[in-house]
Amino acid sequence: MLAWTIYISFFGAAILLLLPKRAASFARCLALFAATSSCGIALAAFLRHRTGEFFTIVDKPWIPSLGIQYHLAADGISLSLVLLTGIVAIAGVLFSWNIEDRTNQFFAFYLLLIGAVYGVFLSYDLFLLFVFYELVIIPKYFLIANWGSTRREYGAMKLAIYSFVGSAMVLVGLIAAYVGAGSSSMSLDKLAGFPFSAHFQMVAFPVVFVGFGILAGLWPFHTWAPTGHVAAPTAASMLLAGVVMKLGAYCCLRVAMTLFPLGLGTWSHPVLGITSWRETFAILAVIGILYGALVALVQRDFKFVIGYSSVSHMGFILLGLMTLNLMGLSGAIIQMISHGLLAGLLFAVVGRMVYARTHTRELAALGPMNLSSALPFAAVTFVIAGMAGMGLPGFSGFVAELMIVIGAWRAFPVLAVGVGFGILIGVVYVWRAMQKAFFAERRHELPPPHPLQPITVPEKIAAALLIASSVAIGLYPQMVLNIIQPALHSPLFAGLRQGGW
Amino acid sequence: MTFPALTALTLLPVAAAAVLLLLPRSSATLPRITSATLSLLILAFTLLLWVRFDHTSGALQFQERHAWIPALHVEYRLAIDGLGLIMLLLTAIVVPIGIAASWRTEKRSSLYFALVFLLQACMFGTFTALNFFHWFIFWELSLIPAFFLIRVWGGKLAGRAATQFLVYTMVGSVTMLLSFLAIYLATGTFDFIELAGRGDSFLPGVAANLGWQHVNPQHLALVLFAGVFLGFAVKVPLIPFHTWLPAAYSEAPSGVTAILTGAMSKMGVYGFLRILLPIFAPQIHRLQTSLLWITMATIVLSAFAALAQHDLKRIFAYSSINHLGYCMLAAFALVRTSDAGLLPEQYAAFSGILLQVLSHAITAATIFWFISLLERRSGGTRLLSDFGGLRRIAPVFAGLMGIALFSSLGLPGLNGFPGEFLIFKGTFPLVPWAASISVLGLLITAVFILGVIQRVFTGPLQPGRAVVPDLTSGERISFAPVVALMFVLGLYPQLVLGTLNSTVISYVHQLRF
Amino acid sequence: MSTVQPTYSQLLSLAIPQIILVCTALLVMAIDLLPLRRATLSTRFTSAGILGSIGCAAAASYIALAHPNGNLLGGVLLGNAFTELLQIAILALTVAVLLLSSGSTFTRHVGEYVLLILIATVGMLFLVSTQDLLVIFVSIELLSLSLYTLAAFNKQSRFSWEAALKYFLFGGMSAAFLLFGFSLLYGLSDSTSLSEIAAHIHGLSPLLVIAIVCVTVGLGFKVAAAPFHFWAPDIYQAAPAPSAAFIASGSKVASFIVFFQLASIGFAGAEGAATWGHFVRGWIPVIAVIAALSMVLGNFVAIRQSSVRRLLAYSAVAHAGYMLLALTAHTQQSLAALVYYVATYSAATIGAFAVLSIVEAQTGSDRIGDLPGFSRREPVLSFCLAIFLLSLAGIPPLAGFFGKFYLFVATLQSSRGSMPLLWLVILAIATSAVSLYYYLRVLKASYITAPETSAARTAIHVSGQAIPRAVCVLLAAAVVLLGAWPSLLLQPLITALPPRF
Repeated sequence: MLAWTIYISFFGAAILLLLPKRAASFARCLALFAATSSCGIALAAFLRHRTGEFFTIVDKPWIPSLGIQYHLAADGISLSLVLLTGIVAIAGVLFSWNIEDRTNQFFAFYLLLIGAVYGVFLSYDLFLLFVFYELVIIPKYFLIANWGSTRREYGAMKLAIYSFVGSAMVLVGLIAAYVGAGSSSMSLDKLAGFPFSAHFQMVAFPVVFVGFGILAGLWPFHTWAPTGHVAAPTAASMLLAGVVMKLGAYCCLRVAMTLFPLGLGTWSHPVLGITSWRETFAILAVIGILYGALVALVQRDFKFVIGYSSVSHMGFILLGLMTLNLMGLSGAIIQMISHGLLAGLLFAVVGRMVYARTHTRELAALGPMNLSSALPFAAVTFVIAGMAGMGLPGFSGFVAELMIVIGAWRAFPVLAVGVGFGILIGVVYVWRAMQKAFFAERRHELPPPHPLQPITVPEKIAAALLIASSVAIGLYPQMVLNIIQPALHSPLFAGLRQGGW
Repeated sequence: MTFPALTALTLLPVAAAAVLLLLPRSSATLPRITSATLSLLILAFTLLLWVRFDHTSGALQFQERHAWIPALHVEYRLAIDGLGLIMLLLTAIVVPIGIAASWRTEKRSSLYFALVFLLQACMFGTFTALNFFHWFIFWELSLIPAFFLIRVWGGKLAGRAATQFLVYTMVGSVTMLLSFLAIYLATGTFDFIELAGRGDSFLPGVAANLGWQHVNPQHLALVLFAGVFLGFAVKVPLIPFHTWLPAAYSEAPSGVTAILTGAMSKMGVYGFLRILLPIFAPQIHRLQTSLLWITMATIVLSAFAALAQHDLKRIFAYSSINHLGYCMLAAFALVRTSDAGLLPEQYAAFSGILLQVLSHAITAATIFWFISLLERRSGGTRLLSDFGGLRRIAPVFAGLMGIALFSSLGLPGLNGFPGEFLIFKGTFPLVPWAASISVLGLLITAVFILGVIQRVFTGPLQPGRAVVPDLTSGERISFAPVVALMFVLGLYPQLVLGTLNSTVISYVHQLRF
Repeated sequence: MSTVQPTYSQLLSLAIPQIILVCTALLVMAIDLLPLRRATLSTRFTSAGILGSIGCAAAASYIALAHPNGNLLGGVLLGNAFTELLQIAILALTVAVLLLSSGSTFTRHVGEYVLLILIATVGMLFLVSTQDLLVIFVSIELLSLSLYTLAAFNKQSRFSWEAALKYFLFGGMSAAFLLFGFSLLYGLSDSTSLSEIAAHIHGLSPLLVIAIVCVTVGLGFKVAAAPFHFWAPDIYQAAPAPSAAFIASGSKVASFIVFFQLASIGFAGAEGAATWGHFVRGWIPVIAVIAALSMVLGNFVAIRQSSVRRLLAYSAVAHAGYMLLALTAHTQQSLAALVYYVATYSAATIGAFAVLSIVEAQTGSDRIGDLPGFSRREPVLSFCLAIFLLSLAGIPPLAGFFGKFYLFVATLQSSRGSMPLLWLVILAIATSAVSLYYYLRVLKASYITAPETSAARTAIHVSGQAIPRAVCVLLAAAVVLLGAWPSLLLQPLITALPPRF
């Protein structure tokens, strides 16, 4: 049943491409219908499989001569991420309600992107996963290049090439693993169970991890992210920063760490004081946290602040993955969900609520417009989203960061201090952006050049949806932890558990 | 299943806020009447809790306990003993006073009152929560309504004041969070009662689990103590962490200041009493001298600072620091000795804290209520030099405000006296030198309060100074119960102490160091 | 030499498809010269194309139904399942080219044009069904001479016959190399049959080395591998679209198969090895170096091109490099991968040329800068172009991706476990990651950039292109279908593989 999330999205995209150009409102409704029904299916599956156990959705032979199956399956982790995609997709459609230029094409690419994302989360055969993973690149490119804003062509191309290079690295690792395991199957459990030599894993792991890490914003391969997210139209940024970056992190866990757990082990001799790939990536993650936060602190463009903050938050996720304990890994997954919701919300405020109306994103220019009284809903939403992003208790970000910090402290006590600094700087840059954009000192009040339209109903619904989801997880994270933790205990991660949890 | 009274109590103000937000914007009087009514309803509910509280037992009552996030050892645990009860009561009393002080708010009044109720809900939450995770959520959330109340409805420098308030409190919260995370790593629990029960035995946990093999666990425990201490020290506040307070209190609208001084500062005191003292008693014992010096500095220096102020609100802002300093003096004095001979003194000190907390809340809030009236009637000014000889033209006003001021001074017969008396009675035998120096604070307080009375009320009516009409009959009726309460509590403190006695005894006994 | 002398009728029975084609060619000439002499150019082209297609279809059905089987004179003329498959593929590609030419206007000699295409096809059919040096050479010459003439057909364009002259000179020289190499092989083994040659080779004698080099030069030219590719950019750019499409597709199929068979059957025993760091002398290292050179040069020079056709030429060089990887592996699997790859590559190339011919008819130029606006004029065709280019780039779920994947897997599988050719695969994946950039540039121009040049703005709709459009759509559908269900082609291919190696 869950496979229908993919099919509905693809069918929707196909129908939308065939629509005549004048049917803009029909296109929107169709897109909303597709997004909502997929989300509904995801929610139903989430409620039905509350124990988080692994279950297969579809398993048919596809290319028998190569041992490749069309195998879709899900466990607790995939279910929660699929649900995240559903929610963000609905919000994205609602926030794009005002697009007039080639509406049907926009939503066609959007649905194509969503369908491919569902596909990645639900794939169990690595070939199929790779197909869906690559499929994400082209709709991304067109969404940004056609409907984006600042330097959109450059941003789109950079994003596409970086992603493609990352997938190329992954392909090398996957093919090597497939051939090394006897070319008999591309199924995740069979490849995970195959005893690759330690030397092989030591080489394959960083290649595949970095390949996926590029999409996840691993420092220093993150440079596509701020440019790309700023260039993208709002709905695309929401989806890109919110969900697509999580694809990278999810695949880091699901593929790189599952297939090559020995690659995380200690090297025979340390290099510059670092003793393993695990430490290397943990350090890079913390650098990413601090770097993203510090750079966000000095940005003048509102959207760049959010773009760099995404890099910082992804650093939390990658650090959580490297802690290799239950607390850190659970925290990483919750942070995936939490940041997905909150990044979506923040981009929506900046891009849709503010930029689409004021046509500027310069913090200095926004200040005098007195947005807190002109667009009170936007101000309130940003305050809530910003505070949630900072890690205010009561929202999902707090639980996630708490668990990651605890996990990090157990694994890398020194780095945990760096994380603490990152959280503090995080508070500061959100604060600064909020102050400058919405609550600037009213020294000279210039009315905006044209009266600002009020926030529309679709925007309010979407914002409420995202906030409610974040609050729900913040107040009752157990509903997600209940399905994630059994998944982490599954035999698939047996190799990783030598690290101990 | 018993009725979840405490959850209901916390949710009532949230419901009130929702009601207010749904009111039509057009009417100006509807929001204020609705909020006044709702706040009185909440007060009634709290009094119901007071009545049903079993005063013979010092144990936790009205307990609600559910599993929440087992993976993090986080429980949904609410309960109160006498300490929590008195905090709930004073919050419930202060909020109607604050609403009354904000009666004439024009700008977006329903949002204003909604934020006030949200603040009250957060405060109820911190006073009833017994698990750090849950408690911290409310602690942090309370900052948001407070920030907006100061920022949006405040004076000219409100932006800076609000930001300073937020930043200081946040820094303190972060250190507190980090310390508690470390404690969680060391002991595996977030529950306050469990942590208190361990006493000094959380040190081995610290040594074993925190992985810093080469650091002395004693020193590490002191670092953790410092983190938590900082969070509360900013809130009370203690000098030198107080610099946010004068700006925030004076820039905020007076009704908000009433709530800030009446209830929010008590969050800090509660934190000391519920969290810091039980868990870190050994550390406090070790650092007692330094802590007492900080407290004395707080008491004395704030009193001198109040003396030097010209702005009425600033005077009472510093006065607020001063009054709570006495509570802190008693709190630290409690950890002086575990010698059973000094038990009665410890009981007295603790009872004094509880009384002082309640009476200061009522008194300070009422004073700011009066100040709000003064401000409004004088056209926005509140400098001492702007008033004079008001006794002639507004005798009732002068009389009632005088009562409140005398109560703040600690005049016997009014509610300010029993608390301070008990505090000094208890601390003199425990820490004689500290108590003696703190008496200086009492003297200076007397000086500046009398100075206020003299400058504002007595003396000739100067030309060119503010003309303040007397209280209307409506205002007299609203002030009456509060002033009466001041007399009642001053003359018959047993009303309150009777219920709290058992709590006092069991609290002092549980302090192990 | 086999001692059994076949009868003439046996020989004919294996050559019936070729006979059908020759008859069709003559028929087309006749009809064009006589009844249709006064018809319009488009009618003549259309009817000639359709007639030629019918002939090819007849030949293909004969092959499919009658299954000509046999082995004459020790490999001079073969018929087995594998050759059937190859011949049907070649005939299909020819049909596509013929139908594509139905919209052309570049020459008045329609009958001759179609005749030459069909004759070239005859050459290709012979090429794939022989393992004898003489027949190989004669067929290659038949094919090449036809192609030289086809390239020069547009007498109105100076560039067209200049390119054809270069092609002819280059081709003649490489044919000389080929013949010299063949004569040396004959001298070494006293036979023209590939298997006999292999039996007589004992290790690498200097004469064999020279023979290998000469053959490599000759065939390298045919497949446009670097450094023998210099004719390709000019031909791709200047020859008429159907000719260029034909050169780029069918002849590639045939040439690669010949190369593969020559190398793996003919030079068996002199392989050597191309493991990284352990090169052993033989023909494999030579091919490996040429492959690496082609991949790198083709991809990097293509980035700088401003003409779509030249871009396709350089990308053809790169793809030739990938396909040579199959040769270095010389296993059964790699042969299957090669056939799959070259067949789908040809389909995509013909499709791209088909779209380009319509673009040129509308704007008069093939520069990337003149493409903008195309997507608005021709949404369907630009979508087809997107499919073709993305398949060439290797984006799933298109055929090009699976082709690359299978090719790389087969290359790595060549010797069980040790993966000696890993460096080649890594190089191939890396350079194909680069290739996305220039393909996206073309798509960007088509979809995103606003029309700026005068040619782009004054483009007109051209009528009478119904058949080429249909060809485009069908080819695009085939590319998508083969990408999503590769088994459709893979199953018959694997069952048809000759069991020899």
